[in-house]
Amino acid sequence: MKAKHQRLVLIVIALVALIGASLLAIYALRNQASYFYVPKQMAESPPEVGQAVRLGGMVQEGSLETLADGVTVSFIVGDGEATVPVRFSGILPDLFVEGSGVVAEGRLEADGTFMADNLLAKHDENYVPRELQDMTEHQAEQVVAETTTGGKAE
Amino acid sequence: MIAELGLAALWLATALAVLQLVGGILAVRGQGELASLVRPTAIAQGALAGLSFLLLIWLFLVTDLSVKLVAANSHSAKPWIFKLAGAWGNHEGSMLLWVTVMALAGALIALIERRLPEKTLLATLAGQAFVGIGFYAFILFSSNPFERLPTPALEGNGLNPLLQDIGLAFHPPTLYFGYVGLSVAFSFAVGALLTRQVTPDFARAMRPWVLGAWIFLTLGITAGSYWAYYELGWGGWWFWDPVENASLMPWLAATALLHSVSVLAARDALRTWTIMLGVIAFSMSMLGTFLVRSGVLTSVHAFAVDPERGSFILILLAIYIGGALTLFGLRASSISEGERFSVTSREGALVFNNVMLSAILGIVLLGTLYPLLTEAFDVRVSVGPPYFNPAGAIFTIPMLLVMAVGPLLRWRQDSFARIRLPLVLIAVIMLAALALVVILGAYSLLADLGLAIAIGIAIASFLPLRGRNLLRVPLATWGMVIAHFGIAVALFGMASESAFSEEKLAAVNIGESTQVGPWKVQLESVTPVAGPNWTALEGTLQASYDGGEPVELHPQARNFWAPPQETTESQLATRWNGQLYAVIGNEAGQGRWQLRLWWKPFVTFIWYGGLLIALGGLLSLVGRVMSDLKRRQVVRRRQLLEAEAVA
Amino acid sequence: MNRWWLFVPLGIFALFVGLAAYQLTQPKDDFVHSEMIGKKLPQFDLRAATGGKPGTSTADFTDGKPKLLNIWASWCIPCISEAPQLERLQASGVEIVGIAIRDRPEDVERFLASYGNPYSKIGADDLSEVQLELGSSGVPETFVIDGQGTIVYQHIGDIRASDVPMLMEKLQEAAQ
Repeated sequence: MKAKHQRLVLIVIALVALIGASLLAIYALRNQASYFYVPKQMAESPPEVGQAVRLGGMVQEGSLETLADGVTVSFIVGDGEATVPVRFSGILPDLFVEGSGVVAEGRLEADGTFMADNLLAKHDENYVPRELQDMTEHQAEQVVAETTTGGKAE
Repeated sequence: MIAELGLAALWLATALAVLQLVGGILAVRGQGELASLVRPTAIAQGALAGLSFLLLIWLFLVTDLSVKLVAANSHSAKPWIFKLAGAWGNHEGSMLLWVTVMALAGALIALIERRLPEKTLLATLAGQAFVGIGFYAFILFSSNPFERLPTPALEGNGLNPLLQDIGLAFHPPTLYFGYVGLSVAFSFAVGALLTRQVTPDFARAMRPWVLGAWIFLTLGITAGSYWAYYELGWGGWWFWDPVENASLMPWLAATALLHSVSVLAARDALRTWTIMLGVIAFSMSMLGTFLVRSGVLTSVHAFAVDPERGSFILILLAIYIGGALTLFGLRASSISEGERFSVTSREGALVFNNVMLSAILGIVLLGTLYPLLTEAFDVRVSVGPPYFNPAGAIFTIPMLLVMAVGPLLRWRQDSFARIRLPLVLIAVIMLAALALVVILGAYSLLADLGLAIAIGIAIASFLPLRGRNLLRVPLATWGMVIAHFGIAVALFGMASESAFSEEKLAAVNIGESTQVGPWKVQLESVTPVAGPNWTALEGTLQASYDGGEPVELHPQARNFWAPPQETTESQLATRWNGQLYAVIGNEAGQGRWQLRLWWKPFVTFIWYGGLLIALGGLLSLVGRVMSDLKRRQVVRRRQLLEAEAVA
Repeated sequence: MNRWWLFVPLGIFALFVGLAAYQLTQPKDDFVHSEMIGKKLPQFDLRAATGGKPGTSTADFTDGKPKLLNIWASWCIPCISEAPQLERLQASGVEIVGIAIRDRPEDVERFLASYGNPYSKIGADDLSEVQLELGSSGVPETFVIDGQGTIVYQHIGDIRASDVPMLMEKLQEAAQ
């Protein structure tokens, strides 16, 4: 009887842990997953200030500027329907050029500027740039689908 | 001619695999006509697959541009070592490597395995052939590496410059060896289910393969993480990227399997659970391959993706895993319950850790697949460290605590009272360490806990050796001690990197200097340099630690020309207590250059820890294999004696 | 004893396979097809990409005869593997107009010398401008243009031997 009892304890621990893990995962995913926006969506229904999100679109020609400190850049990301000003402090990723697609990870500030923690640009040997000036929402998602990610590891 | 020969060898190997499958199945069903053919077939299949892979390597070494794969992935100007690596640095070649290693593993089982009942062995080889046939079909019908171009190309297309790196050249094969090892464990599990022979002998036969797979996975993850760290130039060492998760999930499953198979071997308990883990571990490898190759998820580690290939892998996954799980559902109830044990026992601790590992696996799996799920509802999300770190830690911390204590417990039945002294010792050390790091000024909860636990485990991992004659401790025990110590070392590196890293981003004139942590870094010059297939702007930095002798660093911003691409080459200054990480960026105006610097105390411990874990696994593997060989000798001698006695 | 729970893993796995299969069937580049079909060619006038063949302009496509417009480049490996298919198409009487993307005349010359020249005209698109206006995202791509300069069909990727009959059919449909 005792052995059976012990076995039951183990099974209960296992079930509790696995169910706990699933519940925790579902809860955490709802809160911690960062959502993807294109400029149009960001203009229509902006995310909460400070919430971690991703912004994807085209870097507008002529909008890239390096600020006086030498390490902060500002540029405008657009999708042909709306634009969002973006700031980023750091070394621009490989293949980051005006007129090409970009995905920025970061958060929206109260003044409407998007502060990027990371810029993700494309790494692919078979890539031919799709330098579209006017991009639809679907196309912006396409850019994302083809964009590689980077980020800060903790 | 060489290419056609390679293709022919591959077709022959496929035919043999079919024969091996049929022979094995017939033997299991009691018709042994082909049974004696199964072992030789497996050996011949291994030889043919090996030949075909060697021929592909040959094509790459001589840069035969009439072969499409060579033209698309190689270049006559490439150094020979990268030509070699080009053979498997692409989809077709890596799939061929996969089947080759798998066929060779099958051949090895056929050659040396003598412990298992003959039927179970044949069923295992049939399982191995079954998995192999799918991959052969995949290669032959949708990714033929030997395909010719109608007219030879004039020059090859190069290899992705990001992938032109010696570490990366050997990284994917390492992971593949791990995946294949798990496929062998899967075949064993299927063989055991088919013949209902889940015994300690079965566990002992399976264990070396699990250990081997686990060692390769550990090395692969360690190397991959270091590669991402210094090659991508982002300063991070783990990104929770789908491709990284794809290698972590099989490792988690293999770690659990490794421990449960030990329980089965030593105590004849956890029978069904071990079988289940064998299936799960392999499904995680297949899932990883699917996620990486199909392009359903996006990743840093860009591979050429192709939905058609993705469908093929998904179908294979569905057949193998669906089939195995169905078999499990049907047969598991007929496997009798194993030996019983108390909760406070070595088995109890191992079960606890197995459960925690499964929970972590579940967390990683859900986080990795979540974007796939939301995309079905047209919502695009990405899941990153804010999810994985805390959710994983909730289960990792108790697991690590039990890991410190578990090896001190006896098998079957024990009590905490007996090991009160070491328990108190470990607890005191952890609390003291926690107090110390808080005083030192690290305020991140997870990092603080990580440091304290790391120090606690480092000491606890050696406690099982207490009071024993060190020369008589079995090699496998040493393996466990070193692997657990490696976990502590790696954990220390991770926690330290996250608690104490300092970062500096600055625009610096030539001749100016900047400070990061204890380092003073001066920009001496920026000059153009050229390599075999790239040009670069190279910065020269003088970095001195705490006013000491300066070290020279040369970070580069490289431009490759075949194919055209830019990459940043970071440079590292390594000390025993950490690394300075330097990246150079664009010109920042007014003659200034962008510099990004990190000081990462003890970051190298992460990878030293990984190596120690793998070393522990290796010692354990050698120890197990040696004692197996010894046992086999004893058995043979006894048989000889008996034979003589009869005569 | 009822052991239904032994099948729980199988159930979870089936859910995953279903989801993954669904995702795989979601075409990721579908919008390219649908957007360009039925539209007129954009206005362009490209200089010759090589000494041997004339350049091309929008006016070439309004002479009443359906044509193929092939977007390619000498630096593109899949373009090599589609070369024999283009030659077959030309041999059966199809007129193929090429646009070379970001290319140099000497490279174009060398490519044509090695892999054959099925083109009646080749225009040079040095900045991918025409390519992008056509909604093409890579090389090679092939458009079927009817005699009035309207895009009837867009083929993405290299033309394989199995695609040739389908392209012939599209051209015949366009002729009616």
